[in-house]
This record gives sequence, C-alpha cells and structure tokens, in this order.
Amino acid sequence: MAHSVRTIVLRAAGSNCDVETAFAFESVGSKAELVHINRLVRGEVRLADYDILAIPGGFTYGDDISAGKILANELRYKLADQVEQFHQDGKLILGICNGFQVLVKSGLLPSGHIRDGKQQVTLTANDSGKFEDRWVYLEVNPESPCVFTRGIEGRITLPVAHAEGKFVPASDGVLKELQSKGQIVFRYVGPEGQFPAYPWNPNGSVDNVAALCDPTGRILGMMPHPERHLDPTHHPRWTREGLHAEGQGVAIFRNAVEYVRRHL
Amino acid sequence: MIYRIEVGTKPGFRDPHAEEVHGAIRELGVPGVQSVAFFRVYYLKGTFDRKAAERIVQELLIDPVTQEAALDAKLGEEGPDIWSVEIAYKPGVMDPVEESARKAISDMGIRGLEGVKTARRYAIRGNILEQDKSLIIDKALANRVIERPIQPGDRIFFEKIEYQFKLIEVPLLSAGDDELLRISREGQLFLNLEEMKAIQQHFKRLGRNPTDVELETIAQTWSEHCSHKTLRGLIEYNGHVIDNLLKSTIVRVTEELDKPWCLSVFKDNSGVIEFDEQDAVCFKVETHNHPSALEPYGGASTGIGGVIRDPLGTGLGAKPVANTDVFAFGPPDYPREKLPKGVLHPKRIMKGVVAGVRDYGNRMGIPTVNGSIFFDERYVGNPLVYAGNVGIMPKDKVEKQIVVGDAIVVVGGRTGRDGIHGATFSSGELTSESEEISSGAVQIGNPITEKKVVDTLMQARDRGLYRAITDCGAGGLSSAVGELAETTGAEVHLDRVPLKYEGLTYTEIWISEAQERMVIFVPPDKLDEALALFASEDVEATVIGHLTGDRRLRLYYKGHLVGDLDMEFLHHGLPRTVRRATWSAPEHPEPDFPEPEDLGPSLHRILSSWNVASKEWVIRQYDHEVQGGSVLKPLVGAQDDGPSDAAILRPRLDSYRGIILANGCNPKYGDIDPYWMAASAIDEAVRQVIAVGGSRQRLAILDNFSWGNTDKPDRLGSLVRAAQACYDVAKAYGTPFISGKDSLNNEFQADGESIAIPGTLLISALAVMPDVRKAVSMDLKRPGNLLYLVGDTKAELGGSHYFALHGAVGNSVPKVDLELAPRIFDALSSACGQSLVRSCHDLSEGGLGVAAAEMAFAGGLGAKLDLRSVPTSDGTARSDWLLFSESNTRFLVEVEPDNEAAFCEALAGLPFAKIGLVTTEPRLRVTGLDGRLVVDEDIYELKRSWQEPFRW
Repeated sequence: MAHSVRTIVLRAAGSNCDVETAFAFESVGSKAELVHINRLVRGEVRLADYDILAIPGGFTYGDDISAGKILANELRYKLADQVEQFHQDGKLILGICNGFQVLVKSGLLPSGHIRDGKQQVTLTANDSGKFEDRWVYLEVNPESPCVFTRGIEGRITLPVAHAEGKFVPASDGVLKELQSKGQIVFRYVGPEGQFPAYPWNPNGSVDNVAALCDPTGRILGMMPHPERHLDPTHHPRWTREGLHAEGQGVAIFRNAVEYVRRHL
Repeated sequence: MIYRIEVGTKPGFRDPHAEEVHGAIRELGVPGVQSVAFFRVYYLKGTFDRKAAERIVQELLIDPVTQEAALDAKLGEEGPDIWSVEIAYKPGVMDPVEESARKAISDMGIRGLEGVKTARRYAIRGNILEQDKSLIIDKALANRVIERPIQPGDRIFFEKIEYQFKLIEVPLLSAGDDELLRISREGQLFLNLEEMKAIQQHFKRLGRNPTDVELETIAQTWSEHCSHKTLRGLIEYNGHVIDNLLKSTIVRVTEELDKPWCLSVFKDNSGVIEFDEQDAVCFKVETHNHPSALEPYGGASTGIGGVIRDPLGTGLGAKPVANTDVFAFGPPDYPREKLPKGVLHPKRIMKGVVAGVRDYGNRMGIPTVNGSIFFDERYVGNPLVYAGNVGIMPKDKVEKQIVVGDAIVVVGGRTGRDGIHGATFSSGELTSESEEISSGAVQIGNPITEKKVVDTLMQARDRGLYRAITDCGAGGLSSAVGELAETTGAEVHLDRVPLKYEGLTYTEIWISEAQERMVIFVPPDKLDEALALFASEDVEATVIGHLTGDRRLRLYYKGHLVGDLDMEFLHHGLPRTVRRATWSAPEHPEPDFPEPEDLGPSLHRILSSWNVASKEWVIRQYDHEVQGGSVLKPLVGAQDDGPSDAAILRPRLDSYRGIILANGCNPKYGDIDPYWMAASAIDEAVRQVIAVGGSRQRLAILDNFSWGNTDKPDRLGSLVRAAQACYDVAKAYGTPFISGKDSLNNEFQADGESIAIPGTLLISALAVMPDVRKAVSMDLKRPGNLLYLVGDTKAELGGSHYFALHGAVGNSVPKVDLELAPRIFDALSSACGQSLVRSCHDLSEGGLGVAAAEMAFAGGLGAKLDLRSVPTSDGTARSDWLLFSESNTRFLVEVEPDNEAAFCEALAGLPFAKIGLVTTEPRLRVTGLDGRLVVDEDIYELKRSWQEPFRW
C-alpha cells in the first residue's frame, strides 16, 4: 500500500511563494497543506503529522533586521523540539530562498541541528547591492548525500529572485568541511559550464554556492526557485527552444516525495 | 532605560549600502569624500536589564558571520577627518521595523520592551566643507520630508500626547466670500467659492455651523480625486456644452459595445471581466504623482500598496496576481543647476520610485510584470507614477451587498497622522513650498501588514464572513465608509479606531490616510468568527460602527456626536461648475534636412535615447515570477534581455488559460494633437497584445489621464480631444474601457511660472488568452526565416524620435485607420493562432529601424531588410522616413519559409509585404530606396547603444 505523503508548507507573515510551493508538491503526488506558524506554536497542528516540511520563499516579517532572521528565531525559541524530532524521524526539510535564509540563520543548515544550533554560514546582501530576478545555471554535485537531487545530472536552469543570497561561510574551515562532506548541493555555473562571473553567479556567493544540505542530505536549502520551473512555459526561452516535457525544478519535489514513499 | 545599539559590517566584507551612498555623494560632485561606513542603529526602550539587551544584540540584531555590534558605544573609526552623521525618522513617522522587532524580542521571552526605533549612522571620511555637509545630508543621506539628522542626546522616543476632546465648529454661517475662501485655503480643503457657498447654504438651512469633521468630510468627498468633478461636470468646448465628459465618451463606448464578459465596470474599485467559467479578473491603475514628487520611495510604495487594495476591495475581494507600473520623469542627466527650488533631481526620484515599487511589490509577493518609463523635461517638477494591479476572484463574488445592521469593521494597519489631506492635496498644484506644508500627505507603507490582510481576507471571503469590502484609500475612513454606506447611512465611533499613537483628534482619525487598512461590512452572526480568523494570524480587526438605514452619516467620539451629515447632500450636493475648454491645432515648424546617406548613427542614437533604451536595470529589481504563473517575461530572447511587447501569465496554475498585460502611452504626440495621441495609445496597447499572440476577442482597456490644471481652458480642451478619441477608437476596436482614473492639476509652480506636464494618457490593456502555449516572443529565432512588415507605413514622423534627433516636433502625427486596423489585428491573431508566426514585434517609438534592431539583438541573429518593399499608401519616398516613421498598427513578423503561403493567406487583402530575412551573420543590413545600404551595423554594437544608458 503506497504511503500517502503529507507536506506542510509553513506560512508566516510575509511568506509569498507558499501557494506555488504547495502546488509543486501536489503535482508530484503529495498532499500539501498551507499552515500558518501560529497554529504550530499554539499546538493546533503538529509537525509530527507530516513527512516533509517546506519553508517557502518570501519576506517573512519583512526581512526586517535581516532576511529570514525573525522566523529562524521563532523556530528556535518556539518549535525547536518539534523540528529536531521531525529531522530525527528521518523526515525531509526544504527551504527555498527565504526558507533557505531561515534554515541557515536557525542553524539547521549546515549542521542539521536547531537546538543550540550555531550559525556557521550566512546569506547576505548581494554584491550588486540590489534585488535581482534572473535565470541562472546550476551544476549539481554528484558527491552530495542530498536526497532531493538524486538522478539530476549536469546543469539545470532555475530563476533566482533575492536581495540577500550571497553565501558566506564563517571561516575557511567551515567551507572545507562543507566541501569534503558533499554538503554543497548546487553551484552556480556559466551557461556552458564555465566559471560563473556575474551575473551567472548572481550574488557573489563564495565558491559559487547556491544550495546546501545537512550531513544526512535530508535538509536542503537553496536560493534558486525550483517551484518556478515546473511547467515548460516557465522556461525563459521556451518560445525559442520549444516546450520540454516538464520544468527542471520538478525533479527536486518528486525526489522528496519518492524518498518519503520508499523510506517512511 | 534606553539602549543604543550599532550594527556594522565586519572588516573584510562588502557593504553595498555604504557603497551606494558613496556613489550618490560622488554624483553630487562634492569633493573630498574618501570613504563611507554605514551603521544600523537600534534604540530599544524597556525595563529589561543589560544582559537581556546583550542577548537581543547577539541573538537577533546581528548576523554573526558578517556583522559586529556595539551596545551603547560606537563602531568604526573616529577622528578629525571623520564626519559622523545619524539619520532618524521624524517624530510621528512610523518605523516599519518596530512591529517585527517587538515580535522577535517577545519570541525570545524578553519582557518589558516599550519601544523600538531605528536610525542610520554614516561615518564619512574626508575633507568635507561645512556647506557641503547639509547638501550631502539632503541629497544623499536623508529625505527631509520624513527624516531628520540627530545629535547624540537628541530625543528618540516621545512622550504620549493625550488628546483632550473639544468639539470644533467652523464659523461658516457668518462668513463672507473672502472668509469662505480663507477657510478653504487655510484648512487645505481645496474647495472653490461656489462649493463653499453651497456648503454654507446647506448649513444655513440647518441653522447651525458645520463641525470641522463635517467640513472635512464634504471637502474630501467633493475633491477632484474622489468625485472627478471636472470630467463629470459641464464643459463648454468650442461652442457647445458637454455634460459629463466621462459618461459621454469612455463610459458610453463600454455601454454601446455591451460585451457580455464585462462583469462589473465603472462602479467598483476596479473593472471586472470574465476569465473563465469559474473566475473573473479585475484590473485597476492609479496615479500617485504628488506624493512621489516629495518622497519618491514612500510615494511610490504607497502607490503600489494602494492600488493593490483596489482589486482587493472589488466585489468581495480579488486576490492580487500582477502589478504594472508606468512612470514619467525628467531626464536622468538633467543639469542640477537648472532644478527649480524644492525639486528633487530626476535620477534621485527615479531611483527612489523604483525602489519603492520594488520593495512593496516584492514583499507582497505580487509579480511586477509590465511597465514603461517616459522622460521629458516637463516632468522635472511633477513626475508621474502610475501603479496597476490585477486580481482574480470567483465569478460569484463580484457583487457586494449593503445590509442595514451589518457591523463596520476596519481591518489591518493602525491609524496615525500619516496622509492627512492626501485626497485634497493630490487635487491641487505643487509649489516649491509643497514639501513644507504638505509633508503630512506623504505616507510610509508596510507591505507585510498588507500581505497579512490579503492572506486573511481571502480566507474570510471564501468562508462568507462579510458582505461588502472596500479599501481605505484617499480620504481614509471618510471616503471608505462614506461611499459604501451611501444608500443606508452609518454610525461610526471614532474613538474605537485603533491608533498608532495617542493624540489624534477625531477629525484626524476620520480623514487619516494611513496605509494597509480595509473596511468590511460583517453580518452580526458572523462577527465572532470573522474577528477570530483575523486574530489567528495577528491581523487587527475592530468593529467601529454599523449600518443604520436612515441615510445619515453620524460620527461619534466618546459618546459625543461630532458629525451628522445627510448622505444625499454629501454625495449629490456638489454644485456642477461649467468649465471652459478650447483647443486649436498648434503649428510646429517642419524640419528641413537632407536625407543622410548612413542611417546607422541615427539608429544608434534613438536606441540610446532615454525613452527607448533598455530598462533592464529596473525590470530585474522587480520579482516578475513570484506566484509561479510567468509565461512571457518582460525580458525575452537568446540572452533573456530583449524587450517583450507584453507580459503573459497564468493566474491559475492548473490551467493554460492566461492573461496578457500591455500598455500604450506616447505623450509626445499630444504636442501635435491629443486626439491622435490617445488614438495611438490605444493602438499601441492593443497591438502589443496582438504581437504576443493575443486577440481582441476579450480585451479590455483602462484610461489614466494625468493632465495639467484643467481650470485653464487650453489644458481642458486637450483633454476633451483625447477623450473623444477614446470613444472613437475603442468603439472601432471593440475594446471596452472597464475602469479609469484621472489626475488633474499636474503643474509645478517655480519662480512665478506654472509648468504643466504634457497631457499624458496611459492606456492599459488586459486580455484573456485561451491557451498561453500560443504565445509569441519578439526575438528572432532562426536564420533563413522570412521577415514580413504588416501594416501601412506613412510619412508620419510628427512627434517621432527621428524628428526629435533633429530638434523638431513636426506636424504629421501618426493616425489610425479605424476601418483597417481591426482587420489587421484579427488577421495577425489568426496567423499566430495557427502557429505561423515565429516572432513578432510591434513598431512603436523609433519605428521599423528600432523594431528590427531589437528583434535582431534579442535573438542574437542578423537581418537583411529592403525598404523598397515596404508597403506605403502615401508613397513615402525617403528611406529615413520609411525606417523611422511611427505609423500605427504595424508589426514586424518572422515567418518560416514553409509557412509562407499560409501566412500570406491569413493576411490576404491587407497591407503587408515580405521585406527581408533573418541571417546568421550578426549584422542589421537595410537597403534604401536607391538600392544602397543605408544601415549596416553589428547587432552587438546596436545592443550596446541600447543597454548603455541605464547601466547604473
């Protein structure tokens, strides 16, 4: 009997990619529920009832103070036990754009722990000094333990849309560890796979990092938006290149749902 | 206890904000500045101890990787060569960070916080002259309208000022004419003598003076902004009287076209058309010109915030799915020494406006997908900011119900002193003192508050928890309740309205234009459920009164009756004034210059003109893909950087049905004839829809008039002519108007002279596309494909870019052929529907030359064109005329050789011709009438000319 996969798409004041993120999960066979964080905090909803936690893009709490910070703190102070347990239960967490910023600032990435999680890396203001929406190329790291990217080969293209997406590790040691454990899931590359000068690295990220996972590979955070490349008409050049069977973001959601079906 | 915290970037990390400020100072031409360091400052007031403050710093305020902080100390260097300046908000200006900081500190379990304020400190190194310091503060660091430089020890938190109730009556009954005018002027009511007398008469009959809040309510309801009294009044034009210009042109065409898919037009906050069996889409475009002139960031952000509330306040509320924006500014290279007193530089206005739209739209999660920008020196003192929003809602939620007994509930933001007199202010002319006297009219937006309102209202709508909704826009609660309760009457208790701070008078509460507020009418039996829903997501919702049924507007403050107005007088007592309008065709000198042998340099110059040049710098700052429905993006082509004619998106992710958004506007033609300017604007909006594969089957348009002072007969006359064209052209094209707006009195007083903007009519188009997979983009696709020019090219260069290069306006303004144009549109729609078109671009500013160049460099391919093949019914015999004519209803179309016959069949009987083909070699080559090459340019060089101006 096939396991029915349940995804919780976490909303907070200022989340704004929640609907399309839920749509992405539903289109690959998961149930997806939009849940306001207040309901989790008040105990009306329990994380334990879900298999996948998705923190969508947006500007939670206006990104006041810094991007994703206030929601990250809310998770740490109000929901740390639930989140920690959720991860220990072998379930999946995906943070996109603002969701990635939340994961990083809560400590969940790259360590995988939120309780006493120390922030080891950050996503800070783009070198260009402004918000930018543009399509980029990503090279997947075949050595990564990330469960969301299995079967994805070579380069994919997705859009980024952010003002604070520049990856910076706290030290060279942190970066080396991420590299050695395969925790860098996607790197920005040029259209032909070459080293990405701006705008191909759209924000000045160190080591061209676009996405990270935790050591288990079950928590993925990424600045680019896979939920904006589901339909073939999302592709910026579909009127030139024709309509593909599906968008290149779909695999990330499908992998997550299939992982849950197989392992949970 | 007040803690002061500075947060700065650690050494070794870049600080883009400091770099931007340094750049802005450099642009001012101030010498001696070597470096700029930036520190964010937080002031925390509370009863918690220092240890808690330190926790807040370490766990909340800094990013431990890139930032450092100092509690009650300064960061960075100090010394004789460092000038430190701190900028804070003025008292009473809402600090947008306060609310979220409060929440975050409460989440940490820290109690006793009383207030949060933020400021910015700059440490500027260099040898800066004393007189340059105030210039730097005013032009690069602060906006004096909302901000102030502060010194250490200056007060940051202000004591609450208790308001002592006192009913104020205005002595109107005894006033003579001069006194009436004085009352209007000093009260910023912007009412003329006749209107003041009508009010006086009304209260004479009642035997009492009006209270201040009654007079304010009438002034706001009767303002140009809210009543459109000029366009709905009587106009004596060239010897005959027009009774209600709007009704006899724009509304009339919609009535006569009588499209069954027009679901709600000209009566709600936006116009509504049918999308599919299930849903409707609505569209509204607003202007926010005057606030943006004073405080570009706040003006533009509240402009977009305000227009989002229009679809949200339409019917029972639509979900916002797309934003549009169109701006008009002075040229970015306008000489500083020529700027009139009190005017911000156009480049600063533009940067502020773009940032305002960006921050509000992006934070709301609404894609900004379509727009354009015009530059003209006449906009220097009075820029234009048009903001549009499209929403989607179920078809059975298009109508409101106004039911006696329903509770009046205000939802969303709190009320403050922001935006007092916005409705009346926007109806008057700007002066160099505007910044001083009207700064209360500038508001600051908080998009997250509005996002929360949208999120909860959509749930409340779907659960049927309210029966009517409207936005608190210009005129605040006065306008919202006054209009929506016109047929029933209402009782409102102003002391129940939640306030940002104490001290507001009952009148200020009533007319405040504080942002992010909606008003809903809730049935009594649904009230508890509704209030619980809003509370569950931290949205404030408060019952402030109810609908009465006696057709009176009664206002109370702590039990005192402070206003009691008859709805009939309020809404129908405005005396109709007769305004005079004249128009006569101006005579411009015709340029007289020989045809150049090489048209390449002219093409480069037009491509790099402010109006034509790439706006990528602006577009990329907007999230144009959020909500996941993007189909045709604003930038298209081989390198995602060509200029798309229109945007296409899918408002419902489970469907391939989509909407097309486009706009048409060309104020330059109005210098010759506003009639043909308006006709051209409609043609442009429609042809952009056609160019991307749309049709006029279900195509609705919106009008937005921004004009000069229409008390002056010549200004009003030009508006009458434009409105007449709106009727004629929309009728012929079968495209109904569904909503519109006018912003009059766009003039700027400087040195005793009044400078009017060029009459600027923006036409916005919304079309439904049955299958978005038929979309066509403008970039050339494949070498060997054929290029067809569709439409008739005439020697219509009046107001063109080509004439402008030669310092001329001319008189041969582009016209439209009302019989031919719809046939061309339909034929091309049919060809696109049959997938016969590989790329298509409409011909507008810069004509064929610009269109061909843009298609070529967007596709990374070359093109060969032959002007001898161009169809021209008037026998235009100059190559430069043919290449740069701006004749309407024309398209350059790329067709695969295999589809040639079918394409020709689709276009049979219309003016069209094969004029060239797509080439691998990346050059644009144009053969002139004498058989010589008149253009032979590298496409990447052309692209560079087009991209260079806005590489900011």
